[in-house]
Amino acid sequence: MTLGLINANPVVHAKKKRVARPLDDPHADDAVDPLEIYDIVRDIRDPEHPYSLEQLSVLSEESITVDEKLGRILITFTPTIQHCSMATVIGLCLREKLKDCFPAHFKVDIKVAPGSHADEEAVNKQLNDKERVAAALENPNLRQLVTECLYSSEL
Amino acid sequence: MAKPTEYVKHIESYVDSSSSPSQQAASVDALAILLKNDLLTLEALVRELDLYLTTTDSIIRSRGTLLLGELLTQLELKPLSDAAIHSLIGFLTERLEDWRALRGALVGCLALLRRKTDVGVVTENDAEAVMKSYMQYLQVQSMGQHDRKLCFELLECLLERYPNAVQPLGNELFYSICEGIDEEKDPQCLILAFHIVEVAAKLFPDPSGPFTSYAADIFEILGRYFPIHFTHPKSEDIGVSRDELSRALLLMQLIFCVFQLAFAATPLFEPFAIPLLLDKLSSSLPSAKVESFKYLGYCAPMYGSDRMAKHGGALWSSVKDVLYTSPQSALSVESESDGGMIFEESDIMVEALILLEGLIQQNSDLLLDMILGDEDINNFICSFPKPWDIHDTPLQLRQQLHSVGRLLAVSAKSSMASCNRVFEKFFPQMMEALGCSVGNHSDESFATEDRALSSRFNYVKGLQLLATFPRSFAPVSLLLFENILLKLVSAITSNFDKKFSWGLELKALVEIGLYIEGYQESEKAATFARIVVDKFVSWISSDEPAMPLSLKMQAICETGMTGISNMLRIVQGMEKAISAKFTQAYVDGNFESVELVIKVLECYSARVLPWFEMNGGSEEVAWNLAAIIWDKIDNSSSVNLTVQNYELLGAAMTAMKQAVRRCSQESQEKIVNRAFRVLSASTLFPLKDSPFATSLSNSEDSYLNHHVDRVSCRDEWIISLYASVVIALRPQTHVQNLKMVLQLFIMALTKGHIPSAQALGSLVNKLPSKTNERHLSQEYGVEEAIDVILTSSIWNFCQSNTLRKCSLFGGGNEIHNTKCLAGLNHTSVHISAIVGLAWIGKGLIMRGHEGIKDITMTFLGVLLENTNNGDFPESCDPIEGKEQEVIPLMKSAADAFHILLSDSEDCLNRNYHSVIRPLYKQRFYNSVMPLLLSSTRQSNSIITRSMLFRSFAHVISETPLSAMISEANKLIPLLLDSLSTLTEDVMHKDVIYNVILVLSAILMDKNGQVAVLENAQAIINQLIGLAAYPHMMVIRETAIQCLVAMSELPYARIYPSRTKVLQAISKALDDPKRAVRQEAVRCRQAWASIASRSLHF
Repeated sequence: MTLGLINANPVVHAKKKRVARPLDDPHADDAVDPLEIYDIVRDIRDPEHPYSLEQLSVLSEESITVDEKLGRILITFTPTIQHCSMATVIGLCLREKLKDCFPAHFKVDIKVAPGSHADEEAVNKQLNDKERVAAALENPNLRQLVTECLYSSEL
Repeated sequence: MAKPTEYVKHIESYVDSSSSPSQQAASVDALAILLKNDLLTLEALVRELDLYLTTTDSIIRSRGTLLLGELLTQLELKPLSDAAIHSLIGFLTERLEDWRALRGALVGCLALLRRKTDVGVVTENDAEAVMKSYMQYLQVQSMGQHDRKLCFELLECLLERYPNAVQPLGNELFYSICEGIDEEKDPQCLILAFHIVEVAAKLFPDPSGPFTSYAADIFEILGRYFPIHFTHPKSEDIGVSRDELSRALLLMQLIFCVFQLAFAATPLFEPFAIPLLLDKLSSSLPSAKVESFKYLGYCAPMYGSDRMAKHGGALWSSVKDVLYTSPQSALSVESESDGGMIFEESDIMVEALILLEGLIQQNSDLLLDMILGDEDINNFICSFPKPWDIHDTPLQLRQQLHSVGRLLAVSAKSSMASCNRVFEKFFPQMMEALGCSVGNHSDESFATEDRALSSRFNYVKGLQLLATFPRSFAPVSLLLFENILLKLVSAITSNFDKKFSWGLELKALVEIGLYIEGYQESEKAATFARIVVDKFVSWISSDEPAMPLSLKMQAICETGMTGISNMLRIVQGMEKAISAKFTQAYVDGNFESVELVIKVLECYSARVLPWFEMNGGSEEVAWNLAAIIWDKIDNSSSVNLTVQNYELLGAAMTAMKQAVRRCSQESQEKIVNRAFRVLSASTLFPLKDSPFATSLSNSEDSYLNHHVDRVSCRDEWIISLYASVVIALRPQTHVQNLKMVLQLFIMALTKGHIPSAQALGSLVNKLPSKTNERHLSQEYGVEEAIDVILTSSIWNFCQSNTLRKCSLFGGGNEIHNTKCLAGLNHTSVHISAIVGLAWIGKGLIMRGHEGIKDITMTFLGVLLENTNNGDFPESCDPIEGKEQEVIPLMKSAADAFHILLSDSEDCLNRNYHSVIRPLYKQRFYNSVMPLLLSSTRQSNSIITRSMLFRSFAHVISETPLSAMISEANKLIPLLLDSLSTLTEDVMHKDVIYNVILVLSAILMDKNGQVAVLENAQAIINQLIGLAAYPHMMVIRETAIQCLVAMSELPYARIYPSRTKVLQAISKALDDPKRAVRQEAVRCRQAWASIASRSLHF
């Protein structure tokens, strides 16, 4: 794999407080909302550093949109540097995590934020191509990396 | 006498440097014993030692001298002649010159000098010789550690025990001390050195004496050690045991003490010590500052106020620097609520304040002049924005404010005079900062002026402060006090819409009230009662002021709680209000009156009565309340039934129960008799002259026919209140006409009057069980009461009823049966009867009475009977196989188990003096479970089964887990059966939730593990089903949580279910409720990871 770190000195931000949702409201609108998705993906570990995607500001609640009726989720993430070759790995992690945590009828789109990556189009295409995602996850090295990011307890 | 050969070998063994230390010690001991027992004289020994003491071989000479020294140490208690001592000390003094054999000489001298007077001591002349020799020959700092220590000990001994001998030596002595202790580093030697300084300083207190000229030198040596730091070795360092560490710490503390003593030993040090300490205060090291303050505080009284006065200015400025200029205090965590004014002071500040306190006590005029005259402090207080808002104040300013406050508090605390001075100077300014000017109160147009919230806060606080000033210092006259109270009252009257400030004002009033109560100021108490309490009491029944009733009551109660006399006034007012309005409320249903009476009654139950109980008031208040209510009921003739009226009835019942339960037995008897008189005068007793009480079984049916539909509203009131009284009675209290009362309650409960049923339950719970326990005039024991209750015909609908089997029933009741129920809605009467029976059963079950068996069998009978032959057989009587009627009836029979076992707030608990047998739930569980199980097995009707399981669910959810867990193995299959049966009907959803909670408790319990393991597959299958239960979210959530718990079980047991669980959970991920989805994510993760990290299956 890579010899040195791609981004040796990332900027680390503070973790935000979890917003406790009001309990005991049986009539609350419990539709899937961006915050629910964000709560699930914010703790994914960065492939390179022992920090969460939240801490590295790769993700924010605002960067997630969801339409429950159409069953679509769109996540736009911002790699820490323009040439980040880890962008695809982060995307894979997001896709895996959402696949685990949401029913299959949601269509998930994952993109890098416009202008945040040198090969923006290529990355987007790669991340939303079923065949390529499946192929990537059959690669044992990648699979292991993704699993570690998803279930790491290093944070 | 010992022969020379005997002791010579010991001498030789000691002197021989090749022998081991233990051998040497043994020889010394042997020789000492010889000497002590006079088997050997000292002269003989010295003569024998002669050669060793004078030889030119320095090693042998030193060993010889040491032997002599050691022996003298051991002989400290043996009387010796003066001549012997003289010659020995003379010899040893000489030997001090011989540095090679020094140790022996030191040990010997020390031993001789330390001798007690009764065994012969060294003369002063000899001591002086020793001292001179010491000064002449000993170069302490060039010696080893042990020798230095010996030297210091010798010097210390000389200074302490022969002051007259050393005093003439003067300057030379101090020269030698300085030389000796200079550069000393060993802790043990330091202790001695510091002590020597202290003793020497004490020895020469005269300012014109020799110490004065050396004070500077000595202090220079001493000052170098300040502040003492102890970097203790870290515990992970090898070879440092806990013992050693603690010994080191102890030593360190000793050094601290000795050093402090030396430091403050003489006022002569003052010119050197205080500047040094002041200098250290400017150090950046916090610990140095803390130490300096400590030492200053310690030295100040030692050096005396005259000497300290010189440094007053410098001391004050350093204290001010720490406290005011750069206060280092941290906002404490809990201070947010209090406007952020609670600070935790740093150590430095604490020490500075202690020092300040000491200095003020020493020389209060000087210090106060400086503090009060300090421009910064003055400006700080004067320049405070008026009115100011604490929330707008920056943190640093708040810190300063806090420090200045502490500073002034310390100044004021030291004496009465200083307190007066501080107050004269600052009090007016501070009050002004709070928004009230001391001199001129009447100008304040407080109520009308629309001040900012924070300034109101300050103002109220200020008024409260003024009002709570102790009378002996009285800056506040009674008139002013009155004014303050009036202001607060008028503020409360007009500002009820501003919730926060209203609360503040009320709190201020309460604080004032509490203060007056605490300090027993009778004049002010009278004023307070007149202005505040009476005013508030007058609000109860007037429309003025136009504030909400709940606020009025809050204000009234809270001011009442300040003291017993105030509370009594308020109770009087409330009693008057009830008297005045009750009839209006209850007869006419006048809306305002109803609301008022409800509020007052609630106030009684929730605040007033508990307050009297807490504060040891009499039962009179409770008794009066009950009496008033009964009087009012008695005097009114009819009642309008409205919705509010029911609310009023509820409040009256609660108040009645709360009042009665706090009364003594005698009062309770009076109340219950009074209540019975009202009851017997009501239309409920048209047959009171008939043989109603005696020939019951015949008259009862017609009685029921007559009255069951026509219970008037007034009668409902009366019987409800009477039931409330009965519920709250003590077990010893005697109830008159019990039989009639029982009949009445039975009649009422068939109408679905729950309080009557509860009262019946309370009665059978508390009636005495045996004749000899019974009160003399008590007509009934519990057995008789149960007879009366159970022979009543209302239970007849249970045809194959066990009550009858138990021969509590006579034959031939069926005739009445149809008659009595004719014209009524059968099912509803039956349901009421079952509910009533359940409450009676609850009373019995709690005292552990056998009668509960019959009642349980009745319930089971109802559950089984109606569907015995197939689902709804035609022969079923009296209900003709209509599902709509059977199911509610069976449901109520099943729910009766819930009433039996659950804890009730309304009755039958400790507050209402119930008889409670320990572990009654466990007992019932053990007895009823086999019955339920066998019934379930026998029944083949779906409805019966589901109802039986409903009962089962009630029983297990109310029984403590510990009673069931030992049989978890049998219980779990039943639990699962009941879950699968109950899920088929929506009406069981609450019960399912209770069952699944029991299941999860078993899963979590260690003792249930084996049983869970055995039934793992079945449990998982059932939980999977419940995870999709459509009618209740918490059931799905709990089921999924249980599944998470199941994933902890051993791998081999649960692996077969993994795929199934994951499939079910992936559906739960799409649950409409977020809580369920989140649990599902957790569950999926837990189950996926039992095989691998991948979620694929």
